[in-house]
Amino acid sequence: MSLWIVLTVNSVTLGGLLFLLSTGFSLIFGLMRIPNLTHGSLFMLGGYFGASLFIWAGLNFWVAALAAALLIAAFGGLIERFLLRRLAGNELAQVLVTLGISLMVADLCLVVWTGDPISVATPSLFTGFAHIFGVAFPLYRLVIIAIAAVIAIALWMLLDRTRLGAMIRAGVDDRDMARVVGIHVSKLFTIVFCLGAGLAGFAGMIGSPILTVYPGIDSDMLPLALVVVILGGTGSLLGSLVGSLVVGALYNFGQAMFPELAYFVLFLPMVIILALRPQGLFGRHAP
Amino acid sequence: MSVHKIAIGLGILCLATLPWWVGNSYYINISSQILLYAIFALGVNILAGYGGLVSLGHAGLFGLSAYAAAILLDHGAGHLAAILGALAITLAGTAVFAGLSLRATGIGFVMITLAVGQVLWGLAYRWLSVTNGDNGVNVASRPAPFGIGLDDATPFYVTTLIVFLLTLVAVAIFVRSPFGASLAGTRDQPRRMEALGYHVWLIRFYACLFSGLLSGIAGLLFLYYNEFISPQAITLTASAEVLLMVISGGAGTLLGPIVGAGLLVVMKNVASAYIERWNFVLGAIFVAIVILMPDGLVPGTVRLTRRALQAMRGSRPDAAQPRLEEP
Amino acid sequence: MKLRRRTVLKGLAGAGVAATLKAPYVRAQGASLKLGLICDKTGGLAEGGIQMEQGLTSFLKAKNYTIAGRKVDFIVADSASNPATAKTKAQELIERDQVDVINGPLAAFELLAITDYVAAHKTPMLSLAAAEDVTQRKPNPFLLRASATSSQAMHPLADYAAKEMKLKKVVAIADDFAFGYEQLGGFQQVFEGEGGRVVKRMYSPLVTADYTPYLAQIDEMAKSGAIEAVVQGFAAANPVKFMKQYHDAGLKLPVLGGETSGDDALLPHFGDEAIGLVSSSPYTADLKTKSNEDFLAAMKKYYNVAAGQYAAIMWLNGMVIEEAVKKLDGKTDNKEELIKALRAVSLTDTPRGPVKFDHFGNIIGDIFIRKCEKKDGKLVNPTVKTYRNVSQFWTFDEKKFLSQPVYSRDYPPLKT
Repeated sequence: MSLWIVLTVNSVTLGGLLFLLSTGFSLIFGLMRIPNLTHGSLFMLGGYFGASLFIWAGLNFWVAALAAALLIAAFGGLIERFLLRRLAGNELAQVLVTLGISLMVADLCLVVWTGDPISVATPSLFTGFAHIFGVAFPLYRLVIIAIAAVIAIALWMLLDRTRLGAMIRAGVDDRDMARVVGIHVSKLFTIVFCLGAGLAGFAGMIGSPILTVYPGIDSDMLPLALVVVILGGTGSLLGSLVGSLVVGALYNFGQAMFPELAYFVLFLPMVIILALRPQGLFGRHAP
Repeated sequence: MSVHKIAIGLGILCLATLPWWVGNSYYINISSQILLYAIFALGVNILAGYGGLVSLGHAGLFGLSAYAAAILLDHGAGHLAAILGALAITLAGTAVFAGLSLRATGIGFVMITLAVGQVLWGLAYRWLSVTNGDNGVNVASRPAPFGIGLDDATPFYVTTLIVFLLTLVAVAIFVRSPFGASLAGTRDQPRRMEALGYHVWLIRFYACLFSGLLSGIAGLLFLYYNEFISPQAITLTASAEVLLMVISGGAGTLLGPIVGAGLLVVMKNVASAYIERWNFVLGAIFVAIVILMPDGLVPGTVRLTRRALQAMRGSRPDAAQPRLEEP
Repeated sequence: MKLRRRTVLKGLAGAGVAATLKAPYVRAQGASLKLGLICDKTGGLAEGGIQMEQGLTSFLKAKNYTIAGRKVDFIVADSASNPATAKTKAQELIERDQVDVINGPLAAFELLAITDYVAAHKTPMLSLAAAEDVTQRKPNPFLLRASATSSQAMHPLADYAAKEMKLKKVVAIADDFAFGYEQLGGFQQVFEGEGGRVVKRMYSPLVTADYTPYLAQIDEMAKSGAIEAVVQGFAAANPVKFMKQYHDAGLKLPVLGGETSGDDALLPHFGDEAIGLVSSSPYTADLKTKSNEDFLAAMKKYYNVAAGQYAAIMWLNGMVIEEAVKKLDGKTDNKEELIKALRAVSLTDTPRGPVKFDHFGNIIGDIFIRKCEKKDGKLVNPTVKTYRNVSQFWTFDEKKFLSQPVYSRDYPPLKT
């Protein structure tokens, strides 16, 4: 029976990481209609920045993670202000520029951090195991779940309870109407983009003790984030959460149960769901 | 004869005589690659440029055709049978692809095509008994139409060029046809088109089929060019690359995808020998294109040249008429 | 941005060049020796590809770019971890640059994509890729492999596991591609021949972010006593990810790995979880030979990196080429003669010990079983046993070996 419990916990762990990664993508897309294909690169950069600060600058793990998140948020803000802003409505140009930046970031990382993988030590407080139902779980995985849960709640409060959140929701629902009622939409765009980028960078760092940081992690993670957003529906926090958990579960259980069909298990349900419900499980309107 | 027609004639003449002035067979091979990717990009452009439907799964169709032909050949089929069979399979596959993907438009279409593309990639990668997995399928020989062997660089290039020119003509006719106009209509004003009594879904479906057919033809040329096919040709990266060709050259133009194909093939294969950080440069070129010419290289260049010409004309003292054209 | 030194092709515009290319290229004596290298400098396999370039470059620098009295032109082509790109790069090296010898490529799928083409153009290729059949059932007469076939290091590892470690039941896991299948297949055949049993074989996608679905099953088998050890055949950066997650999952069973699983170049990237990893490799950094010391010193001097087998094999390639060109008195125009000379090379002192080649062009050399430990705060791989003069056929009869199918996902079948 322990196999099932282990798989379940691991599904939730991966789900948690994917939530941090994909919720930013989802919000950015929901609000600005920008398919931000740099999101995988932001995750990777977060990992590299964080790992460098942690290993070579000797910062505390969590301080390094926060610093990485801030740096990536700033980087995201720059991309939004100086590149994406001028491309509003031009979806093709957005695809081109975000993929272009991804190429540049990936190549720069290869130069700066070389092709070798960097493994990041688990923060010393959480190196042990927690025993649940007689099964030993690495404590750090539970910590990731807890962090993802806290951030999910914080985001929900932000969106549901604050003025800023109300403005973002209004923007997601109807951008033009929001503009008409006097919401400063362009400032909102920058804020949301920074937030989404920062979350991706943060996820990159706190995921690094499990995944290690290596060239190519950007293109490994981006499709997973896309799957989450497709399943959950864009612009929906709940959609990202449910989508992440479903993808985490499909990934873990699928590979354990049907190793021969690992790729179908991930993508076939997606094709089916999309064919039945093109806007995703929790998408508000047909895209 | 207009300047336009002279330019086209010169272009074709250059392409047709290319093997004789390029010399080294390596560069002839690179040119074949550019042409085959240009066919692929023209196919993707039907949807992305004229139909407003961005696909991230077209490498799946490209690969479907190549795999179908390779497997048919492996089972003893002749070249003609393999080619026709592969194109039929690709059309059938595209019909399913379109049936699923056209449930949505916009980003939804992007996502579904991505998912379907990944499923096709998974098949190629994992269905070992048929596709030989990661190692791919090798093809023993290139065909010899009318007794002319295509093993050398030049005859293969000429064949690719003929297919390319036929494709170009077909796409040009398509774009100027009433059907092409209605496809552009579904891109710009889908609701109005619906109200006017057009069957928007069906128009898009046919466009998908045409686009899939061109991708399939390009896939066949890819197979014969490399004499093998493997899952790497179907990855998400491959789909993204052909899309980048279309967008960087200029979506919705005839010349754009061809220029884009040239840019990518040259950067990847030729420039990479001289520039260590060619990936970075390629990314920087994309960003520069977006900043300087958001519509792509071809429309951007046309606009800049026109402006330059106007400026020259404007600077002449005898051209004193007020300019009433667009700002 | 760095422009690479490249000689401009003479007679580029000559109309007849394309036609004459297939004929053996006649060149005046004293012209430079052209060495090509196809390796992955970008993309998923960049880590190994960069080591390859460093290894061969170090050798050439140490030789001052002169081999057997001939100046060397060294041309590096980036295959970007993609078989179609590898093919184009092979065309570039052969048709445009007209190299005498190709080194590389690294990945089996790249080698398989270019092997027919390279053979048709009669260019000797010193490949690193492990794909078995290019020196077995579908031999390429112009190929030389100084590394190993996928199973060449796994056969001795299985012998060691059964005889020295006295293991009876193991689970095996590797990347989901031919290199993984061939490694585990080779292990299983020898291991089961000596009374052991592979309980289960698992293959994870090359890009697996999270190994826990597999680790959970290993845990289950470990708890029920179904297995005594784990055999892994991971490549590239995956061994680092796998060992870390293996440790994090609280698994304690011994781990045995193939040539890429505990490569010396990976050691600085492992944490303490690698301690105890038993790995089998055609190269080991702790081999005390003169040429290995030269190699390690050169890698330290020029790049200051931890050198592993990819770099070592490329250094060895350099030695083999030098030996063959010397034997031919510097005449490399006849490619048939050149490959014959290359295959006839037999060296006693190389970074991996004494080597020679079989009639397929595959190496016969020592295989080292190492066990990772920590010494002065650093991870090292001391050799615990050396298998001498291991051929790709192990102790099997060559004819019998070749009559069975190539190791694959389904072969040998698992016993139920």
